[in-house]
Order: sequence, then C-alpha cells, then structure tokens
Amino acid sequence: MTTALDKLATQLRGELGSAAVITDPALLRTYECDGLTAYRAVPGVVLLPTDAYEVQACVRACRDAGVPFVARGSGTGLSGGALPVATGALIVTAKLNRILDIDPESQRAIVEPGVFNAAISQAVAGHRLYYAPDPSSQQICSIGGNVAENSGGAHCLKYGFTVHHVTGIEICTPDGELVTIGAGKAAEAPGYDLMGVFIGSEGTLGIATKVYVRLLRQPDAVVTMLAAYDDMESAGASVAAIIAAGLTPAAAEIMDALAISAAEKAVDCRYPAGAGAVLVVEVDGPAAEVAAEHAAIDAICRANNAFEVRTAVDATERAALWRGRKSAFAAVGRISPDYVVQDGVVPRTALATVLTQIEALAAQHGVRVANVFHAGDGNLHPLVLYDAAVDGALAAAEEVSGAILNLCIDHGGSITGEHGVGVEKASFMANMFTADDLDSMQLVRCAFDPDSRANPGKVFPTPRLCGEPRGGRAAEAALASAIAAAKAAGATVDDEPVVW
Amino acid sequence: MTAAATEAVADLLRGICGPDAVRPAGHGDAVGGRRPTWVTAPADAAELAALVRACAEQDLAIVARGEGSKIDWGNPPRRVDVLVDMGRLAGVYRHDADDLVATVGAGTPLRAVQAALAKRNQRLAIDPASTDATIGGLLAVGEAGPLRLGYGTPRDQLIGVEFVRADGVIGHSGGRVVKNVAGYDLGKLLAGSYGTLALVTSATFRVHPKPMASAYVSRPVTSPMEAHDLVIALLGSGLAPAAIELDLPIINPGALPPMVSRPTPGRRAMPGGSLAERPRPATGSAAPAAGSGATSPETSDASAASPDVPRLPDAARSSRTERPGRPTTTGTVAVLLEGTTAGIKARASDASKLMRGATVSERPPDWWGRYPFHADDVALKIATPTADLYAALYALRDAAGFPVSVRGSVGVGVCYASLPGRPAASSTIEAPRGDPMPRHARQIADVISALRTTLIARGGSCVVMNAPPAIRDAVDMWPDVNGLELMRAVKRQFDPGDRLSPGRFVGGI
Repeated sequence: MTTALDKLATQLRGELGSAAVITDPALLRTYECDGLTAYRAVPGVVLLPTDAYEVQACVRACRDAGVPFVARGSGTGLSGGALPVATGALIVTAKLNRILDIDPESQRAIVEPGVFNAAISQAVAGHRLYYAPDPSSQQICSIGGNVAENSGGAHCLKYGFTVHHVTGIEICTPDGELVTIGAGKAAEAPGYDLMGVFIGSEGTLGIATKVYVRLLRQPDAVVTMLAAYDDMESAGASVAAIIAAGLTPAAAEIMDALAISAAEKAVDCRYPAGAGAVLVVEVDGPAAEVAAEHAAIDAICRANNAFEVRTAVDATERAALWRGRKSAFAAVGRISPDYVVQDGVVPRTALATVLTQIEALAAQHGVRVANVFHAGDGNLHPLVLYDAAVDGALAAAEEVSGAILNLCIDHGGSITGEHGVGVEKASFMANMFTADDLDSMQLVRCAFDPDSRANPGKVFPTPRLCGEPRGGRAAEAALASAIAAAKAAGATVDDEPVVW
Repeated sequence: MTAAATEAVADLLRGICGPDAVRPAGHGDAVGGRRPTWVTAPADAAELAALVRACAEQDLAIVARGEGSKIDWGNPPRRVDVLVDMGRLAGVYRHDADDLVATVGAGTPLRAVQAALAKRNQRLAIDPASTDATIGGLLAVGEAGPLRLGYGTPRDQLIGVEFVRADGVIGHSGGRVVKNVAGYDLGKLLAGSYGTLALVTSATFRVHPKPMASAYVSRPVTSPMEAHDLVIALLGSGLAPAAIELDLPIINPGALPPMVSRPTPGRRAMPGGSLAERPRPATGSAAPAAGSGATSPETSDASAASPDVPRLPDAARSSRTERPGRPTTTGTVAVLLEGTTAGIKARASDASKLMRGATVSERPPDWWGRYPFHADDVALKIATPTADLYAALYALRDAAGFPVSVRGSVGVGVCYASLPGRPAASSTIEAPRGDPMPRHARQIADVISALRTTLIARGGSCVVMNAPPAIRDAVDMWPDVNGLELMRAVKRQFDPGDRLSPGRFVGGI
C-alpha cells in the first residue's frame, strides 16, 4: 500500500505541483482528526487541490492506485466524518474557496466547496440577501462540509437545513467523473433527486466541487427575546405553547442552569441571575408580522412563569442575547476539563421526559450533563462532562452519551440531528434502522461507489457487498482496524478539543 | 403470456391478496396506453411486499396506481403485467399534532389528509393541481402547487418513508422527527422517481399550522416581461410571499385564427381602463412612487377580484381583450400572503402598493393552483432560474404557431404550458389534404425542440408531462438530463430486473 501511495504522491506532484501534496509525517499529523478529537488516524497522504479539475485528478489517482480517499473541508465536523484513512488520501477542499457567481435576481450563488458558510452571506449582503443555514461554526466551516453533513443551525425551525437551500452540486464521483446533479440555478430538474441523497451522505458518495445555493431576502425585521425561568419545565412549556399557538419562530433555544453557568464564566453573558433555564426565541419577517408574533410570544412566556423577558431589537442587543447560547459548547470547557458533545433528536413533546431521564442517567453514573438544545425541533445537545485524568471517567461519559442516544431512539427520535453519523455513531445505526433499511441505503452507495473508495467505514456499521468487490472490502477492513487503534489511543489524547 | 400462464399469475395474486382483491385489467386501467393483465389491491405493506416478491420470482412488471390522476404522465411503460391499486394502503396512521408531524398511507387522498389535519387546525403545505391526488401519486411525480415558494415541494416536507423494494424487501429511511441526518435520505430519491425505484407504502411529513390569515393580491399583466419585472420586485421586497403565480391564458395572441373573436365580457374586470396604458411595475427592490397606493383599490368583496365565472375549458377559448389592430393578452400575477391577522392587513396593503393597481382578496383567483391544460392537450412543465423564465416564455411564444397558455409558480421559475393536442379546425384550410395530425405533431415537436434549445442556454428544462399518443411518438417526453449514468446505476441497484414502471422515466429508465 505504501508503494501505491508513494507512486500516487509522485504522480500528483507532477500534475498539481509539489506544494499540493503533503507526505511529511509531521505535517500529516495536523490532519489526523476533525472536530471529534477522540478519533485519530494519520492520513497516508494529504492533497490540496485548488479547483474541480485538480480534485478530479486526485480522485482518479486514488482510483488508479486502488486506495481510498476522505474529503475534508475545514475539519470542524463533530462526528469524525473527516477522520482520515491511514492507507489512503485525505483530499482537502479548503483551497477551492472562490465565489463563482452571484445572481441576485434569481437569488442564487455558485460557490466552491471551500468557501466558508458565513462568507456567502457576507458576499451577498449588499443585495439584501443571505444564506440561511447557520451552523454555530459558520465563521469557519465550509459549504462543502455543510453539504456532506446536511448542516442545520439555530434557525432550522423555520428555514430548514442545507438540503433545502442547495439547488445543485457539481460532484466528482468516486470514479473520477465531474457530474452536475440537481437543478443548478433552477428550482427543479427532471430525473432522480441524486442531489437530495448526496446532501448528508457524509462524503461517501463523492466530493462536491461546486455548490449552487439558494439565497433568501433578508427579513425586514428581527426580534430576539430571552426569557428566564426558575425551571426547565416552564421553559419547555413556553415552547410548546408557542408552537400550539400556530407560531413558527426562526429559532427557539434552551439552556439549562449548568450550561448557563458555563457561559457566564466564559463570556460573561449576564443572563438573568438565578435562572434555572433560559429560552432564546427569535422571530423574523415582515415588520408587521414580527410585531404581532413578538407580542404573542412575550405574553406566552410570561404566562408560563418567565420571571424576566428581555427583548433585543437591534444587532448589538441581539448579539448580546445570543452570546451565551452561541458560546455554550466551548464555554463548557470552563467548568470541565473534557466533555462529549452529543447530538440527538426527540419529538418535541418528549423533551421534558427525556431531559428527566438524562438527569437520572447522569446521577446514576455520577456524571454531570449540561443541556443546550434547539427546543423548537427537539434537537438535544447534551454536553457530557468528564475529566480524562480520572480513571474510568471517559468510559462513564461515553456510556451516558450512548445511553442518551438510545433514549432518543426509544422516543421515536434520531441519533443525530445535525452532526452526522461519521465514525462516532455508525454502531448506533443498527439500533435506529433495520438491516434491510441499512441495506436499502447502501444500494445508493453501490451505485455511486461500488468499490467503497469514498470515505470508507463511515455512516454504516457494515459495508454492503456491491456485486463484485474489487479491493473495497480490503479497504474497509484496513480502516476498521485503523479506527480501533485510534479509538484505543483516544483515551490518552489530551489536546484542546476544537468544538463548535 | 399464455392463457394458462395468465391464470396461474392470477392464482398467485389471489393467494396473496385474497380472491376479491384481484381482477382482470380493463381499458380504464391502461398506463400510458399499455394495458396491464391484472389489477390487484393489497391490504397493507406486508401483502404488497409478498406480492412484489412473487412478481420478482415470475418476472412480472409492476406499476402502482393511486387515484390515477397522473397515470399517463411520463413515457408509457415498456411493459406492465400487474397494476397495483394502492387504495387500501390508506389512512392517517398518526398525527402528532403537538410535534407537527403526520404519517399517512400512500393510497390516502391528499384531501382526506387535509381534512384530518384540519381538525387540529393544521395542514400539509402541499397544494397540487390534481386535487384528487393521493399521497403516493403526488410523491411519485413530485407534484407541487403555488405553496412551493414558501414551503418547497413534497420532498422538502417528507421526513420519513416506508417502501417496498423491487425484491419485495420492506425498507425505511428518515423517521418521525423533522431534524434527522442519520443515514441516506432515500425519501428524497423516491420523491419524483415515477415509481421506478420502489413502491412507497407510507410517508411521514412535517405539517404546518394553518395560517391565521391570508390574502391574495392580484394585478393584470400583459406580457412575460411585465410579469418578470413584477416577480423580481416581489422577491426583492421584504413581503415574504407564500406564493407568486402567473396566469397568461394566451401568450401569443397573434396565433389566434384572425376570424375568431372570443372576448369574454366581465371575466376580468380591470380597474382603471385600458390595459395597454397601465404603468409598468417598479423593477429591482426600489420602492414604488409615493401615493401610488391611491390607484390600488382594495376591496373586501372577493367576487370583484375573483369573478365567479365557469372554468375556461382550453386556451383557444380563453379570454382576451381586443384592441383595434393589435390584440393584447390579458394575464394576471397573483401573490399569496400568509401570516397573522394584523400582519396580513399591513402586508396586503404594502403588496398592492408595490404591485401598483393590484386588488386584494381573501379568495384566490379562479385559475389559482390549476394546470392550464386538460386531458387532450400537450402538457409542459418548464423550469428555469427565476429571472430567466420570461426568456423561455418568449421562446415558446415565438416558436408556436398556435395558441399557447401558460400558468404556474413564477416565483420559483416553474411554469406549466398548454399546447393544443390536435390541430385547430382552421388550420385544415391551410393544409390542403390528408390527415393534419402528423403535421401538427411535427409542429409541436419543433416548438418543444426550439424551447429546449433556449432552455439549455438558460439552465432550465422542459418536460412533456402528458400528450396525445400521436404527439408522444414525435417528441421526447423527457429532456436530456445531467447525471443520467448515475441515475441508471441507481436504477440497476434498486431494480436490476427492470420491473418497476420500466421505461416511464428519464432516459428510458
């Protein structure tokens, strides 16, 4: 395998230039993990193409050498979707970072995959447009990564996910063909919705080389409210009442007392003192609608025992209300040396029950759990705290973390709402889906990538045999052992986690 | 199939679905002119799975049918042995109103779903023109109506799906929560696949609260360019419309036979006199001139904006306002606003100012959410980037030597067009002798070919959804598509025996 990679590196140095091919072991190590730092594997070679044709050259070289490849954008993923394969190539799309076209009338932009999420909104702000999906990492996460993960964000409740805001993708297939899937700048095109299934496929169907995004007109008005409660039940009841009233806020986020205290320590967000839970609600749209919705939500929060409701009407005040929420994940580092960021979904009506069960689980295992969640759509982000220096602490945290996922499944929910399955949750897929379900999904994999060259070992617990295996199985096996080794090593790794 | 073999199949089907759920196919069961041998109606997903498995063993081709409102769309299947009536896989299996989620059987009529959801003041924000459609049918063709601007197409609201594969295996993807990225989203793949990959048995959707208030703001337009300017202005405004629709009953009045005069008095009472003298709308997001609202009569009398007239049977009989020397088309751009009671009042007022001379109504115009074509017409769906739609409409106008009527969701760049399915009586005067149909079919094919050429340059597409048989033979129903090889690969994986609606889809898939 080493010989194959050496040959591949030599060939691509000729085609792409030597700066685009990294084989220095010290440099390779900087790519050994993404935002999920517990899993590490040093890639065999790192490739830094600068346009779609260079991506194609990389993928074809991998095909010809019979080695797997993993695509990586900014490396902010939280499920290990960009965990490299030691015996393969890591293709980094960060240098494909041009905004190719902005069409304000049709409200579309065409961007390369390495463009940062927030950069799109910045580039089109002059037209009073923006790109709606806003994952917390939006300042540095790439649109290619968003496509791979079907990223969401705080405003999913009203606006949906990446899949609702991308209208076409040029991809490089695992076989090295550049193909445009989807409708381009139009709203629809005949044929199978390959784009719909590619988005969220976590890099297992190919690499996005060009992304057509839908732009929205900026809302005329935005009002953000922060309601403080003595307890979580009242905060949750407020959200239920808002939804029952037929209102669809742009966002509805809840933090519990532990998460609030972490945020206070980290960013001094000065949320109302003594709050057992805070609810951040944002409404946006035409001014007259926002005024009506604001009044209704304010009344609902107070009727559900909010002891204080703050309202932000300009960008500065809004940023102040959001500061605690947006910093919450990183802030937890102030109250615990280590933590696992979990991502599960339950039906909104099951939130209260599940939170109680999480509390019981935590108590039973002697672990602290801070809760931050997208309350409007039932997407929980429990932060399971532990100290890696304490023997058995990681194991206890992982056990609680896994038990939370099973709770989500038991309540008819999902093991991931926005972070993806990656390597982290592949083993939970079988708890959520039947073998036939997983087999059906992998029919798509077999159509796109019969040799399992694209991001092998991710998403699915066991690969499907696609007709004639040609080295794919061997690659899977190699990866599985690499993951096992990395996981074993993970417990002793104490690098500062990159968490969003 | 020999008679004995045919009977053997019937016995097999009866063994699975029961003796009363199998019958020989009749004329009315044809799929794009192909008559199946048997019609069977399984009771549930398990029976359907057993049925499909048996068909796989016998190499029988299957087409699923809901209400049958779109059964002739697409290419005729290369073969069809068993028509599966999905009518018994019906019902709203669960409606978790507080979670805004509902699971329904594929055979359930959309109307029944809406009635069930309405009990909790909710709705599925899908409003296809075929009002008899079942959930499975509208999913299979990805059918969407005006609300697609605000809510997307069925694939956007589908959060979970159960299906039977070509090998009879039951699979699922997604789930019952709106936010869910676990595994591949096969619902997206199945939506719009024309039944060629698997048979959907039930679907889980995100549902929405019914809006507290809504208003339709309508304004006459005389050309695709005028509609274009209006649409761009609306999309650039902060009005956040739920739908923007265009109706142009005759896009090319010059194509009307000169001797025929068919004004329809009173159909569209326009405020302010002659259409040709109406001011053009503001372009871009610039605010309209101050005081222009004074020319926008608001009315609470719905009948004034939406006269209660019979539906127009076809384009040639549609209304037009005639001026001496130069006929002028009369069309309408209408906008739907949804929101709170207070919000709608203010937004409707803002919209009528922006649209200059618009009328406001609580009720939709009579053409709202209907296709411009009927069973015997050539039915087109045109999709382009929003700002390029006018170019496609002009290409269509310029190419067509016969009346063309267009209507659709201009706010997303999707329009339907109706072309005559047979030659007009008057054209037989020009064609000296013989059957005028082949010539008409060639004409239609030329028009579609010209339109598709324009669309390639504009990044759009034109699908012939339905057409009379003679015209089907002369045109490609589906245009060339990107990614066809990947699509074929997907089809081979899901249906290697090519037995699910074979040939109905793009590229003969």
